[in-house]
Amino acid sequence: MEQQFDTSKIGMWLFLATEVLTFGALFAGFGLMQNKYPQEFVEAHEKLKRWAGSTNTVVLLVSSFTAVMAVLMARTNQAKKCAMYLWLTVGCAGIFMCIKAYEYTSDFEEGLYPAKYYSHVGDLIPGSHGYATFFSFYFMMTGLHGLHVLIGMGLMSWLAIRASRGEFSDKYYTPVDLVALFWHLVDLIWIYLFPLYYLIT
Amino acid sequence: MEWLRRLLLPVDQGSEFAKHIDVMYMAIFWLSVVMFLGLMIPMCWFAWRYRFKAGRVTPHQTHNTTMELVWTVIPLLLCVGLFFWGIIGYMEFAVGPGESMEIQVTAKQWLWQFEFPDGTRAVNELHVPVNKSIHLVMTSEDVLHDFYIPDMRVKRDIVPGRYTEYWFTPTTVGEHVSTCAEYCGKGHSDMKAKVFVDTPEAFAKWMETGGDEWMRHTPEEWGRIQYEQKGCQSCHNVDGTKSKGPSWKGIFGKPVKLTNGTTVEVDEAYLRESMMQPGAKVVEGFENIMPTFQGLLRENEIRGLVAYIKSLQ
Amino acid sequence: MEHTLTSGAVLGDRPRPVKNYLNETTGIWSWMSTVDHKRIGIMYLCAVCFAFLLGGIFALLVRLSLLNPQHTLFGKVWVTAEMYNRFFTLHGAIMVFLFIIPAIPASLANFVLPMMLGAKDVAFPRINLMSFYLWCIGAIMAIGSMVIGAVDTGWTFYTPYSTTTDGAVGLMTMAVFILGFSSIFTGLNFIATVHKLRAPGMGWFDMPLFVWGIYATGVIQILATPVLAITLVLLLIERVFQIGIFDSRIGGDPVLFQHFFWFYSHPAVYIMILPGMAIISEIIPTFSRKTIFGYRAIAYSSVSLALLSFIVWGHHLFVAGESDLANVVFSALTFLVAIPSGVKMFNWLTTMYKGNISFETPMLYALSFLFLFAIGGLTGIFFSTLAVDIHLTDTYFVVAHFHYVMMGGTVIAFLGGLHYWWPKMTGHMYSEKWGRIACALVFIGFNMTFGSQFLMGGQGMPRRYFNYLDQFQPIHAFSTYGSWVLGSGLFLTAIYLLASLKTGPLAPDNPWGGTTMEWESSSPPVVHNFEEQPVFEHEPYDYRHRTVTHV
Repeated sequence: MEQQFDTSKIGMWLFLATEVLTFGALFAGFGLMQNKYPQEFVEAHEKLKRWAGSTNTVVLLVSSFTAVMAVLMARTNQAKKCAMYLWLTVGCAGIFMCIKAYEYTSDFEEGLYPAKYYSHVGDLIPGSHGYATFFSFYFMMTGLHGLHVLIGMGLMSWLAIRASRGEFSDKYYTPVDLVALFWHLVDLIWIYLFPLYYLIT
Repeated sequence: MEWLRRLLLPVDQGSEFAKHIDVMYMAIFWLSVVMFLGLMIPMCWFAWRYRFKAGRVTPHQTHNTTMELVWTVIPLLLCVGLFFWGIIGYMEFAVGPGESMEIQVTAKQWLWQFEFPDGTRAVNELHVPVNKSIHLVMTSEDVLHDFYIPDMRVKRDIVPGRYTEYWFTPTTVGEHVSTCAEYCGKGHSDMKAKVFVDTPEAFAKWMETGGDEWMRHTPEEWGRIQYEQKGCQSCHNVDGTKSKGPSWKGIFGKPVKLTNGTTVEVDEAYLRESMMQPGAKVVEGFENIMPTFQGLLRENEIRGLVAYIKSLQ
Repeated sequence: MEHTLTSGAVLGDRPRPVKNYLNETTGIWSWMSTVDHKRIGIMYLCAVCFAFLLGGIFALLVRLSLLNPQHTLFGKVWVTAEMYNRFFTLHGAIMVFLFIIPAIPASLANFVLPMMLGAKDVAFPRINLMSFYLWCIGAIMAIGSMVIGAVDTGWTFYTPYSTTTDGAVGLMTMAVFILGFSSIFTGLNFIATVHKLRAPGMGWFDMPLFVWGIYATGVIQILATPVLAITLVLLLIERVFQIGIFDSRIGGDPVLFQHFFWFYSHPAVYIMILPGMAIISEIIPTFSRKTIFGYRAIAYSSVSLALLSFIVWGHHLFVAGESDLANVVFSALTFLVAIPSGVKMFNWLTTMYKGNISFETPMLYALSFLFLFAIGGLTGIFFSTLAVDIHLTDTYFVVAHFHYVMMGGTVIAFLGGLHYWWPKMTGHMYSEKWGRIACALVFIGFNMTFGSQFLMGGQGMPRRYFNYLDQFQPIHAFSTYGSWVLGSGLFLTAIYLLASLKTGPLAPDNPWGGTTMEWESSSPPVVHNFEEQPVFEHEPYDYRHRTVTHV
């Protein structure tokens, strides 16, 4: 059993490595584009809502904590508390998605669309592609991240149901451990996204 | 060993750089031959000498640190040597001398446009004076291309949205071919320009008049040569079939319908206008995609084209 | 462990089990829902061979188009530039993504690696099956893209041509995206298997070198493939939504695409060659009946190739518009990556020294590999030398170079491994006579087809060219004739291998006298591989206790 647990943990770490590379390529691309359009990017950064990004960061950090607690509860045979912590994690993730939804909506209202749909007026360098490129990356990266948040929410809900059925114990808590590991990566990616997009002036 | 060099490399060595590249190539070639034989001769010898014999016991030889170090370090040292040699050669091509003649190269699907320092323009025909450092500054109007002159051993990709460059110094008078070396679609393998290395006097004369080749042909023949060399044939056929542009067969003197509904006669004035302002009158059933040849065709070339089209009845 | 080997057509020293992995369960559903690594390996083998056939047909079409500059067959023009551009694109894309990347890991390694470790299966059998189905989905998408307009961008999809051309670029790139995940899961599976499922007593340096090679390949698959995946997604989004990342008309950078693309695709070529080298490390000691020379060096070289492969991608961009400084750095690193491959070559040769060598088909392929990979590897040196690269890049010289390493290397090794493990996988011996004839045809045909291309390239013939100067016609024709010889050799191989399933003599457990654990099982193996859990008790490739009485 232990060999299986160790093995599946290796599998999850390897999968997480692929995620790091995927997002890493996007980070690299963003960095290069920032280099190409320094003024437009700085200006575009200002249009994002710092309070929303900061709140989301806190929310995700809390959710990482609740995820850790869920693992601990599973390992110490406290099924009800494990389920509770899992639902709390889902809840935090839900708050994150709601704030993001609000951000996206208000961005769209201002014409801050990605790619060829960008229609904001009042830019300092009108006609430059830099703004559209910035928002393309912004929506792509936060969108891909958001997709992972949704997947995490789904996985954790499934686990919470299984936990309340008493399926996890100190003898078998592998799924909780692995999904929590996945969740930590999702959080970590946001920890890099947040300063990159929201804190640059 | 010149016969071997001519087999492995382009026969012409149009510049000092070409000669250096050939020396490097041949050096790596011989090094590779030695390494290759150094591997294959033992392989064949071992295969024969140690072929299967019942009862033979093989030694349990797991490693030999000295030998392994030797055959790691020696190739490494050879690589270091080649590395430095390669860099030195590269610098000749990538960093030019102070005094160079700058020629702007614009690549587009599927022809080459050259612009000289005094504003003279040419299509698919690059003239350069011998023994002068030439600095090519290149950009593309559409997709990636690459200006490769095999006889000079030089090439570099041409990237839309920016400029790329290289230097070369031709050392022998003559005619060379250049080819596009970055895949760019249907006409990729037809995108050739001629590179003429002229004496200073011939070069000056060409810049003035575009050379005197035209005097040695009939106008129709000269027009046909322009049709082939200036890129017309990539969009116009002369056998009546439709391509990206209308066929030229039998059009002169006849009426043609335009996209705006009007009809005009194909006469000399119409043909000239089509070359200089192609968007002014677009034939019905075709798109307005012809590039302008303003500044790209000399007067004798225009007259030749008109004569040629006239002759295609 | 004492072994007195009586190999040959004599059956092994234990009765052949009636039930094996092939006949234990029957019916198509038992295959489609299997999680047995051996069955998955066989299904993958059929799949990649089908892809090889498809890619090979396009290759023959490419060569046929170039038989003469007028593009005529029996006096009639039969091909246009647009058709030709699709032929070489599809040839490249199918061969790279559908065949050569999965070929050795997903088919042969899937079958053999767990057995070499003394394990019952891989770490994640269901993910193994999922990986196979992802391949199938990707293949269907790729074939679908051929039907709805095909692709003419070259397998490298360079922008801005690929963001603006017609054709089914979206469908093909998404097929490759799915195939990428198939590759990632294969690599992930093997890494976990090697870490956790080794037999008791088997440490890292007791494993067969084949396992080291596949492990190193897995590391590359995990780390490099995601970058390709996201690059292709970005390409598709650029095509549809114009985000302005790769298309210069809207502020993007075409060279950025090339960097992203080659960041994966250079490591990818090591995904292709490391398994091939891994096979050679098995065949040579077995047929030399001698321990492998320099085990640790070979193991370390596999891992160092995997790591070094990630830092040389810029050598594909020497003339692409990269800075001079980057060119210098990548040239140096590229020279460095040549060294571990050289180390392996010397070690394999030294293994043969004072060996006791027989020349069955697997060994003939291994010797062919040494010959062809030596040429392929040495011609790489021309490209790492920066100045010479300027003349040779984007010509037929590079086409010849990569075919020598990919086909002369990986495909030849794949054929060697296929013949080596054929008795184990199928329980039948193939015809040795036909094996040798086909190997000769393949070897001769290959050198005809691609050796001549070095001359063309050096003389200045660019690649991906439909029309060409008359001076190149003799070499083009010779190369095309070579492709027919090569094709006939491969076709012949398929025939006699398939025929062996019906008429080949039954194979013993260990027809070649190999020392690795897979030979301890029956041919074909039982479902759970071994009747009892094997324990590892001796050094790898230990021939000291064997005396071979006859071949």
